[in-house]
Amino acid sequence: MGTWVAAAAASSLLLAGCSAGASDPGDEAKKDSMTIAFTAEPANLDFTTTSGIAIPEALMENVYESLVRVDGEGEIQPALAEDWDVSEDRKTYTFHLQEGVKFSNGADLTSEDVKFSYERVQDEWKNALKSKMDIVDSIETPDDLTVEISLKKPSNTWLFNLTSLVGAVFDTEGTEDLANKAIGTGPFSIEEFTRGQSIDFVARDDYWGETPAVKNVTFKYFQDAVSASNALKSGEIDVVSNLQAPELAGEFQSSDYQIISGTTNGEVVLSMNNAEGIFEDKTARAAVMHAIDRKAVLDTAWAGYGELIGSMVPPTDPYYEDLTGVWDYDPQKAKDLVREAGIDGEEFAFTVPNLPYAKAISEIVSAQLKEVGLKANIETQEFPAVWLDKTFTKHNFDMSVINHAEPRDILTVFSNDYYIGYDDSSIKKIAEKADTGTEEEYISGMKEIARTITEDAAADFLFLFPNLVIAKSDVAGVPANRVSDAFRIADLSWN
Amino acid sequence: MISYVANRALQFALALLVASVLVFALMSILPGNAAQVALGTNATPEAVAALEARYGLNQPPLIRYVSWVGGMLTGNFGTSYVTGAAITPVIVGSVQVTGILVITAIVLAIVIAVPLGTFAALEQRNWIGVTISALSQIGIAVPNFLAAIILVIVFSLTLGWFPSQGWMAPVEGLGGFLSRLVLPVVSLALVQAAILTRYMRSAVLDVMREDYIRTARAKGLTRTKALFVHGLRNAAIPVITVAGVQLATLLVGAVIIEQIFVIPGIGSELVRAVANRDLVTVQGIVMVLVLLVLIINFIVDVLYPIVDPRIRNAS
Repeated sequence: MGTWVAAAAASSLLLAGCSAGASDPGDEAKKDSMTIAFTAEPANLDFTTTSGIAIPEALMENVYESLVRVDGEGEIQPALAEDWDVSEDRKTYTFHLQEGVKFSNGADLTSEDVKFSYERVQDEWKNALKSKMDIVDSIETPDDLTVEISLKKPSNTWLFNLTSLVGAVFDTEGTEDLANKAIGTGPFSIEEFTRGQSIDFVARDDYWGETPAVKNVTFKYFQDAVSASNALKSGEIDVVSNLQAPELAGEFQSSDYQIISGTTNGEVVLSMNNAEGIFEDKTARAAVMHAIDRKAVLDTAWAGYGELIGSMVPPTDPYYEDLTGVWDYDPQKAKDLVREAGIDGEEFAFTVPNLPYAKAISEIVSAQLKEVGLKANIETQEFPAVWLDKTFTKHNFDMSVINHAEPRDILTVFSNDYYIGYDDSSIKKIAEKADTGTEEEYISGMKEIARTITEDAAADFLFLFPNLVIAKSDVAGVPANRVSDAFRIADLSWN
Repeated sequence: MISYVANRALQFALALLVASVLVFALMSILPGNAAQVALGTNATPEAVAALEARYGLNQPPLIRYVSWVGGMLTGNFGTSYVTGAAITPVIVGSVQVTGILVITAIVLAIVIAVPLGTFAALEQRNWIGVTISALSQIGIAVPNFLAAIILVIVFSLTLGWFPSQGWMAPVEGLGGFLSRLVLPVVSLALVQAAILTRYMRSAVLDVMREDYIRTARAKGLTRTKALFVHGLRNAAIPVITVAGVQLATLLVGAVIIEQIFVIPGIGSELVRAVANRDLVTVQGIVMVLVLLVLIINFIVDVLYPIVDPRIRNAS
């Protein structure tokens, strides 16, 4: 009977272990710590060589700081620079640094660090976003707390770009092992980074600004939205940032939780190949614009979370204008345009990345197109590899759908060599003038560009991707709108 | 016996070689540029070309294959395009986690299945035997991810006994480790236990019909005693084979279970690497999985003749 005894012994041991551990994910020191679930995980801690949102999301404003930052309303605010002056010709920016700022390795922040960091973007960075610093001509450091940056030409976008990762200020001695050691001036330092699993942040005692209310913050990475929402329900995490399965949000409609649906910089674009194929003809594109019921798309594909925008501009950008009325949903007009373009019953390639929102959108979009006599052949492509290769790089597509998440990316997406293939000759001059002009000229110029692109039916802007956050009801300070790359944790607190 | 083992060892090496060629070839014909994926949509053609050059992606396939295999033989699985870090420590770390998971699961499955299966055979006509048979039939039909979801809903979300996800190394705290281990292990083990129970039951039934059991009973042993003294060893042979095969399928099942429970094992690494088109990592992990499966088969093959002298003599 040895087997029976062994079995019983093993089971009881296991059970003993279980009950001993059951109380483990407990509430001790809860008010001092917070755990937040994320989807995209950082491959390492070095955004100077590795692209993707995950690293700046974790590090910007938390560990690294820039001279300026952007707030939830899209306004530029001081950060490491207390204030700044712009020269008459608008080519020279003089930044006055905060006093008494220390890096987490104990070094003082000086103007030298800023010069070093920004020159390093041009020389050492491998991340493609480094081109945002190309406009910088020279950097001077008249004293320890003053930095003078001269641009090759005036630019309205440059100061905003400084709020992104290219603006991060590093210590001159702190860039040896960026992939594993992040040394910045921010309110937090990284206690432990377990690749693919979690990052533990701990609040710094010697931070120059206000001390964060929550001392220990953990980012935990979940590839599966259901696992993340289960972890929230069972109390193991406190916040799910940017829930990737909006249908799960319904389960949290109780007083124990709060559902925050803010805006992002992500425009979900039904892109059409402007350069060749069936959609080279504007009439064909116009037919699509009238054929799509964007409200229905949003409700079906993303549970109604998100905003209709009608252009490539989110409401938090200074040049936002409501263009949802330019192309109304009018299937009859769409049918007429289909006939006018001579594409009745024509088939075309609709290449869809295998992302949840894209797949959901493609189904309803192709059904709506069918109503007006257009036949979309849906081809699901693995994202990122296959989609990037065939659709994005080789431009081998007629229609696709993707969330363009970069901030202020209208000129990138509608430049001539981008995959959409938009002929930008009519907007190029306006863009140049807007960037070098006054702020008013910038705003009016960019508005004109956005309107031109929308009126050209260059693409169908389906909706603005929401920032869908689920948090325990006593969590406060969760950023509602995601306007920059950063997920700011310094403002978090427990009620 | 020696030639038997040598023969199996040769098969083992050959299979590994063929697998390495296949894995490498499959990865090479996959669409999509790994360097482009690593750098993202903002990458300039120059940056893509530089990354390709840095990791030797622009070299001819044969050279890449030889340097890859050569590296693995010295325990170096290469450098990831995506993380820029060495792959070997990642694989070693995640194999340990999956190893704990899978071995605990198979041990638990055997611990459940051997007594249950034996009991079901001995009590074949009894209601207990019938119930065990029926339950094991249901257990086989339930995929382990479904078992995992049900376990999470019941024991984590409703009862709150165990965490629904996460992992903790035993050295960080035994309680935390065990509490996080239970649900994934049980969801893996239940299905295996059900399968093994059925095998154990039929193996015992077969053994009970053997002449030597009849002889033993004729000498006055009870049915149970005859089985325990003479039969179980023979009944163990098919069960060992099946357990070996099960161990291999458990490795695959762990890929899904690790996703559900957010466990940093080899399955999670594989899924992550595939999603990032991190080909070197994918190749490395697949080879390690192949190696593990081959090792399991090899051990099962070698165990046979030890358990059953007839096989030893035949070879």
